[in-house]
Amino acid sequence: MKLVIGIVRPEKANDVLEALYRAEVRGVSMSRVQGHGGELDRVETYRGTTVQVGLADKVRFEIAVSDDFVDTTIEALCEGARTGDVGDGKIFVVPLERAVRIRTGETDRSAVTPVGGH
Amino acid sequence: MSSILAAAQIDTGDTAWMLVATALVLMMTPALGLFYAGLVRSKNTLNTFMMSIGAIAVALVTWAAFGYSLAFDGSGDLLGGLHYAFLHDVGFTPREGMTIPHLVFFAFQTTFCIITVALVSGAVVERMRFGSFLLFAALWSICVYPVLAHWGFGNGWLMSGGTLDFAGGVAVEMASGFSALAAALVVRHRKDYGRQALLPHNAVYVLLGAGLLWFGWFGFNGGSGFNVGQNSVLAFTNTLITPACTLVVWFALDLIRGRKVTAIGAATAIIVGCVLITPAGGFISPGWAMALGALGALPSYAIIVWRPRTRVDETLDVLAAHGTAGFVGILFIGLVAQRAWNGISDGIVYGNARQLLWQALAALATPAYAFCATFVLLKLLGLAVPLRTSEREEGLGMDVTQHGEEAYASGEGAILVSPESGLEGPRPVAQPSPA
Repeated sequence: MKLVIGIVRPEKANDVLEALYRAEVRGVSMSRVQGHGGELDRVETYRGTTVQVGLADKVRFEIAVSDDFVDTTIEALCEGARTGDVGDGKIFVVPLERAVRIRTGETDRSAVTPVGGH
Repeated sequence: MSSILAAAQIDTGDTAWMLVATALVLMMTPALGLFYAGLVRSKNTLNTFMMSIGAIAVALVTWAAFGYSLAFDGSGDLLGGLHYAFLHDVGFTPREGMTIPHLVFFAFQTTFCIITVALVSGAVVERMRFGSFLLFAALWSICVYPVLAHWGFGNGWLMSGGTLDFAGGVAVEMASGFSALAAALVVRHRKDYGRQALLPHNAVYVLLGAGLLWFGWFGFNGGSGFNVGQNSVLAFTNTLITPACTLVVWFALDLIRGRKVTAIGAATAIIVGCVLITPAGGFISPGWAMALGALGALPSYAIIVWRPRTRVDETLDVLAAHGTAGFVGILFIGLVAQRAWNGISDGIVYGNARQLLWQALAALATPAYAFCATFVLLKLLGLAVPLRTSEREEGLGMDVTQHGEEAYASGEGAILVSPESGLEGPRPVAQPSPA
């Protein structure tokens, strides 16, 4: 079991969801985050105040999957999120110790397998 | 000497009301900006609002320079002259048959040109370059609006033929609606249109904008008699009655369609109701104004439901809310205008078929000119400058890419750029807190 974390552009979030859906990866959390990943800073001006915006809005996907779904998930994230410009985001894969489905008490592999899915 | 003569013709009550009405109509444009801004995604809030503010800037200048004269100088069939260009001879002496200073008449008409330009922006939000929109606004406010204003208000062929249009079914509502359709076809749809859900980001702005528009519309319709006479009073009261009837019917349609009354539907209904009564305000009885509000909701509602299923990304439904309702309002005059109420003419229900003929002519000629002229204008402009932003910029949002600002800036992670330090060199992500 792995937890796949994908940090992507907010404007690509819908494309990522679409790609995940097509890859039959269900069970996704997403949150809005701000971060800095080396992209060129944006300059904004408000009246006399000019600022360099160092933190860009990003969307963070968290997807817990069984081992044989890790590559599919990574491919879907890349396919949906890539524009080719600096700032497309990162994917982190971390080991997952336990998972529990609250409703049934199922654990681990069956907990991260969607109902009626793979 | 001339100022004494002018003073003799001027009615202070009329003038006082028209000054207030002018200010009310000017307020409608920022109100429209708010209404439109709520209907787009949050990353495009400022750009959408700025199109309305841009319309104030550009259309006011072109109107004072040429537009007003083209619309209101002389009684040529198709177009006015250039005598009043740059406000030459527009002073305190009233125009013939009027009791307000010519300058007040000019100011009132200016606010109409402005909001009509702003209305068209609803078709192209979220993807049109801001600079290109300003150029379009300048050209449109010279080539399209004054022509239709002349036809409908300025003794052009429709007005002199007998078309009744109290406050702008021709020049404002049908002109903006059918121009919007043309603009949407030329600028084309947003990159994600029809593929992803592109939802309104703030329904409160939409409701507040609609409420302020309704408030301003009392100046729009109530001022279009240019006095405080009976037609003006009738138009004022009808502006109260008609949108309420539209709201009630809209609620019912929403209930039938989705089992819930929607807030954005209600805001739309207010606009549709105000548009319906715009041409007819001073000409039909309050009873018929209620019928107009109720019946007129149906075609606009139908188009609002149908349009998003097409490939035409006429984004904020200017055609449904303004073009269609303006069309219905203009025709309705031909049916139920009543000399007993308006002192001018009857509709076909009261025995005057000729009135319906002239209303139908207006309802055919205006959309034809507005659509074709706008289509050609934008095609030509598109040869000179790119009309839309790149897909990347569209994805990032128009606020940041067009204006370098955000509507909802948090300030987190923003580093002050001081003139001394400049922009060179690597910078820390977070600004150190002051000691």
